[in-house]
Amino acid sequence: MRFIPLVSSLLAGWLLATPAAFSQEPATVRIAYLTQAMERPPALSNLDSPPDDEGIAGARQAISDNDTTGRFLRQKFELETVTVPEDGDPAQALRDLAAKGQRIVVLDLPGETPGTLARLPEAANLLLFDAGSSDDSLRNALCAPNLLHTMPSRAMLADALAQYLAVKRWTKWLLVVGTRPEDKLYAAAIKRAAKRFGAEVVEEKAWSEDHDARRTAQAEIPVFTQGKRYDVLVVADEIGDFGDYVMYRTWDPRPVAGTQGLVPTNWHRAHESWGAAQLQSRFRTAFGRTMLPRDHAVWAAVRAVGEAATRTRSTDPASLMAYIKGPDFTLAGFKGVPLSFRPWDGQLRQPILLAADRSLVSVSPQEGFLHPKTELDTLGHDQPETGCRPR
Amino acid sequence: MTIRRTLLPSVILGASLLAGCALPALADTVYVSNEKDNTLSIIDSATLEVTDTVKVGRRPRGITLSADGSQLYICASDDDAVQVMDLKTRQIIHNLPSGKDPEQFALSPDGKLLFIANEDNNVVTVVDVVARKVAFQVDVGVEPEGMAVSPDGKWAVNTSETTNMVHWIDVEKQAVVDNTLVDARPRYSRFTKDGRQLWVTSEVGGTLAIIDTASRQVQKTIRFKIKGVAQDRIQPVGIRLTADGRYAFVALGPANHVAVVDAKTFEVKDYLLVGRRVWQMALSPDEKRLYATNGVSGDVSVIDVEALKVLKSVKVGRYPWGVAVKG
Repeated sequence: MRFIPLVSSLLAGWLLATPAAFSQEPATVRIAYLTQAMERPPALSNLDSPPDDEGIAGARQAISDNDTTGRFLRQKFELETVTVPEDGDPAQALRDLAAKGQRIVVLDLPGETPGTLARLPEAANLLLFDAGSSDDSLRNALCAPNLLHTMPSRAMLADALAQYLAVKRWTKWLLVVGTRPEDKLYAAAIKRAAKRFGAEVVEEKAWSEDHDARRTAQAEIPVFTQGKRYDVLVVADEIGDFGDYVMYRTWDPRPVAGTQGLVPTNWHRAHESWGAAQLQSRFRTAFGRTMLPRDHAVWAAVRAVGEAATRTRSTDPASLMAYIKGPDFTLAGFKGVPLSFRPWDGQLRQPILLAADRSLVSVSPQEGFLHPKTELDTLGHDQPETGCRPR
Repeated sequence: MTIRRTLLPSVILGASLLAGCALPALADTVYVSNEKDNTLSIIDSATLEVTDTVKVGRRPRGITLSADGSQLYICASDDDAVQVMDLKTRQIIHNLPSGKDPEQFALSPDGKLLFIANEDNNVVTVVDVVARKVAFQVDVGVEPEGMAVSPDGKWAVNTSETTNMVHWIDVEKQAVVDNTLVDARPRYSRFTKDGRQLWVTSEVGGTLAIIDTASRQVQKTIRFKIKGVAQDRIQPVGIRLTADGRYAFVALGPANHVAVVDAKTFEVKDYLLVGRRVWQMALSPDEKRLYATNGVSGDVSVIDVEALKVLKSVKVGRYPWGVAVKG
């Protein structure tokens, strides 16, 4: 970086040039990030080891983005991060954060935990972002007025994939489901999407853990995938246990989609349109790796707070919360359209990327899937079908 | 083409550019940077055909002519350089230091300073094009993008896409002295000829802001609405204002239209259907034609300014981005 000394001297010059602007201390917005150390289940496909800072790196990137903007408005953003040990209690950690005066907490926690935390009496006055769980239950029966979701729901991911397959007219699916509970949730979202977009799950098969597919895939998969005629094999294997071994081994020559193959996701390293290349590049520079889906969900949550601080010119948590939940809030999330929270279930509406390992294949909503308000609401649970009842 | 149209430009050009121009006076030359091909397409305005494709640096985006029109500055974003092309030989004669990832730039009215937005490190780099040295750098917001210099050379403005502000750089003080908040993802800005207004597009906000230069306050915000096009696909980017103060043209990105705005009343007069993801534009020197790059469809739409009609689309390289017209 040849110009760094010059930059700092100029920054100093700029500080001198506008003394009035810096005569008072910047006001601070405090944001907490809460995650839990997880035992990673052993997966057959163990090619990529997940980075230790997945999620939290997104928070740090967003704080840096917020601070750069904050300089011009005398706002500063402070991040407190808590990682609960594997056998720890996230609820207690949230209570502790609330006791320390944190009002805005980004939860990078799996399953239904965010819904449970949102119901704690101590959480009543907090704003919680779910940036780690895709559970549809959190957007329906377990929804809470103080809980927003920046991670897309499984229903959104499945709908995004289904729209694309519908456009391709690949409407007969063989659904292969892993053994873990979240695989069954993913499969449920796929089946719901098939109904919504005129596809058919011609057969559903359960993958068992009995074999080491790396060694025996060549023998196992062809037999396993024999049966009814189908266009696409849709796989539900969220931890990446066996899905990668299905590709190129099916009895019939068929593409694989779902959790492996053509994957619907909120973020992908091959995504570079709409300025995404810039976010990818500054993330890579800062953290030495590509931005992952959880990083982006956490980034979006922390940026939402920053955006609210910019627009309201306020650092007061109550004003920020009201603005984020209000009708005027939009976030530029490098996906080509403004993102906003659905008032009925707190879900961030967003385009979903459909990506192969090294290329972006498409972005849903697909053209032609119309909606009276925004086409983004063709993905996931729309207002008329929401199971979220205001309490 | 009528005789009047063939002859008139030659007279004007002859008068304004003197006799230095080697090309026949009618034929404007249109330069288009192809972001994904690392090339420039060169179009002859008389035939509207691509006459040459020239290899340049990696990921060429913003392009602009030097003050005397003899050179073309090219942001080669992935080479972290601004390349200078001699337009006679079509050779890159040297690179200017540009800072990291240059995307857009603007030349000072005297042609001596090039203001370059460095998207990757939140800085505007100002290059002395004669000395080929960095004159100074100024810190701005996240993802600096649009650059413009006021006609009197006093102001350089930069829009930062994630900070959502217009940063007002006092050129003499070499510092940001004011900021104007605009809608989400401001991408491009352009001063009116008299310098009294700055027009700024916000891609994600979907709006066009007209800012009063004296007060640096937003004076008017324009929204666009096209029948049959979803509101969130209307993403304004490039702006061109005619010198007579009559029209502003605004490229609306994936809405695939160019909006025609009455620059006096701020009313949207028309939407012209162009190619897919229309991006940047340039007027011919006589302002009779507007050229618009369509990134996704890989072509350039040629618009008749008088008739407000699209005449033709010219196929160029992959992801055409910037466009400049030399008389």
